[in-house]
Amino acid sequence: MRLSFRDRSNFDMKVPLTWTAGVAVIIAAVIGVALLLGDRRETFQVQAYGVTKNVVDTLSAPVSSTLATPGRWTGNIFDVARDYLLAGSQNHQLREDVNTLRAWQDKAIAVENENQRLRAVLGLKTDPPIPMVTAHVIADSRGPFADTRLADAGQGQGITPGNPVMSERGLVGRVIGVGHNVSRILLLTDIASRTPVLIDRTNARAILSGDGGPNPKLAYMRGEKPVQVGDRVLTSGDGGVFPRGLPIGVAVQGLDGAWRVRLDSDSSPIDFVRILLFTDFSQIAEQKDAVASGLPPLSAADAAEVAAKVKALSASAPPTSAAPPKPAPGAAAANATATAKTLANALAASKTQAAPKHPPPPTPATTPPPDDTTP
Amino acid sequence: MSLLQSTRPLDPWRWLGVPALVAMVATIVFAIPIKVFSLQLPEPVFPMVLAFAWAVIRPSVIAPFVLVLLGLFLDFFWGGPVGLWGVSLLASYTVVLASRSIMTGQSRPMRQVWFAGATGLTMLTGFLIASVISLAVPNLLAVFWQFLATTVLYPFAHRLIERFEDADVRFR
Repeated sequence: MRLSFRDRSNFDMKVPLTWTAGVAVIIAAVIGVALLLGDRRETFQVQAYGVTKNVVDTLSAPVSSTLATPGRWTGNIFDVARDYLLAGSQNHQLREDVNTLRAWQDKAIAVENENQRLRAVLGLKTDPPIPMVTAHVIADSRGPFADTRLADAGQGQGITPGNPVMSERGLVGRVIGVGHNVSRILLLTDIASRTPVLIDRTNARAILSGDGGPNPKLAYMRGEKPVQVGDRVLTSGDGGVFPRGLPIGVAVQGLDGAWRVRLDSDSSPIDFVRILLFTDFSQIAEQKDAVASGLPPLSAADAAEVAAKVKALSASAPPTSAAPPKPAPGAAAANATATAKTLANALAASKTQAAPKHPPPPTPATTPPPDDTTP
Repeated sequence: MSLLQSTRPLDPWRWLGVPALVAMVATIVFAIPIKVFSLQLPEPVFPMVLAFAWAVIRPSVIAPFVLVLLGLFLDFFWGGPVGLWGVSLLASYTVVLASRSIMTGQSRPMRQVWFAGATGLTMLTGFLIASVISLAVPNLLAVFWQFLATTVLYPFAHRLIERFEDADVRFR
């Protein structure tokens, strides 16, 4: 079948439409492949996310937000109905939880008290509280090749790429793109997501790798039986992408035998998230709050004692400590060096706290020592 | 009058533009973050309906480019690798277009099987691209769920084919 290439009568060229359609397919395929090769999604850098994606996010935000609002209402109605129907069993469950949590509360108070005293002794710098922004989720993609969410808070609220995102129960993912009032969140389940984690019970490290399914895999685990069913999984803080200790979920074993994580965030509502305004550890070092942490510094006598210990340990340790610790004669020396470094850091911290940055007042020359908080 | 109308070339806006817009709106609607009794909405690939139906209706110069644009929309809106859905949709469009003569006159259940096959090809292409880009194997169960959610959209493809298959007599 030969058909006119165009309907204009003064255009004599006759080309089968099937051919031109085939050429169009080839050109479109070339364009598609070129776009695919040009994409740099794996880097997740600010410049790699691209202006186009930001524009699309910004444009789709009001539309998605408008559509999400009735969806949120509907969800709330279903939640109310479910709560009403399950009120009896929920009440029973909550009573059990309260009894369990009371025991944990007593433990927590004791541990908190001990923690404060130990921090005071060492003069440790503690991480400052991380500010956070609450945002509504306005779009949610949950396919096998992309798991992201769009939240209605962006640069205007101080959000930057890399910020961790949490639900009310646990870590959800991190921000990979930011517009003025919108941000794109890469979920832990996305196939491109890699998160350094630790097993709370054994302190073993692993990488949480998303695969598009609901339960991401635990990869690159080391050691003998580092994990068992029910172990808590937290962020390790390695690499500085996430702060240490954010709850992620519970270890489970998949049907394929691989260790996976049942995410805490699965059991929480998906319509809002909390975005932590945390980029990396350097921000902690830059904050004045890190220095003025509110903890009392070491007294002069304690500081002198620590300095003496540091000197003694440094003298007993070999000059280099590059070798990894192993159960050999060198292990003691390596441990001594590590302890010396810790104590040196503690001493430096106490000096930093004791010595103000600004010139001291002319009189009195020495400030009175603070209260001794050593137990 | 009816014969005259049918001899005219199809208006691209009617059979390409409007369905493309409907597919985009449906995609946005199904991205609403809603959870009912711990269950979320499925995430079908709505443009797959068009990739199949357009190839069956008639060859077109514009359709492949609209498909790439729709694929780009999916990539941007879902936050996936740019080009993944464009190439995946185009792969099944090309195969369906090439085997168009075989499908002519087939019964509805047989076409539904063809649609499922085309959807499987799209998902397979997406699977391979995602594997290469992310250096990880996508979850097969998640791929299957999206395949299933897309396959049940065949009635929409059938409706589109029935509406426009005989609209241009040159391609009957």
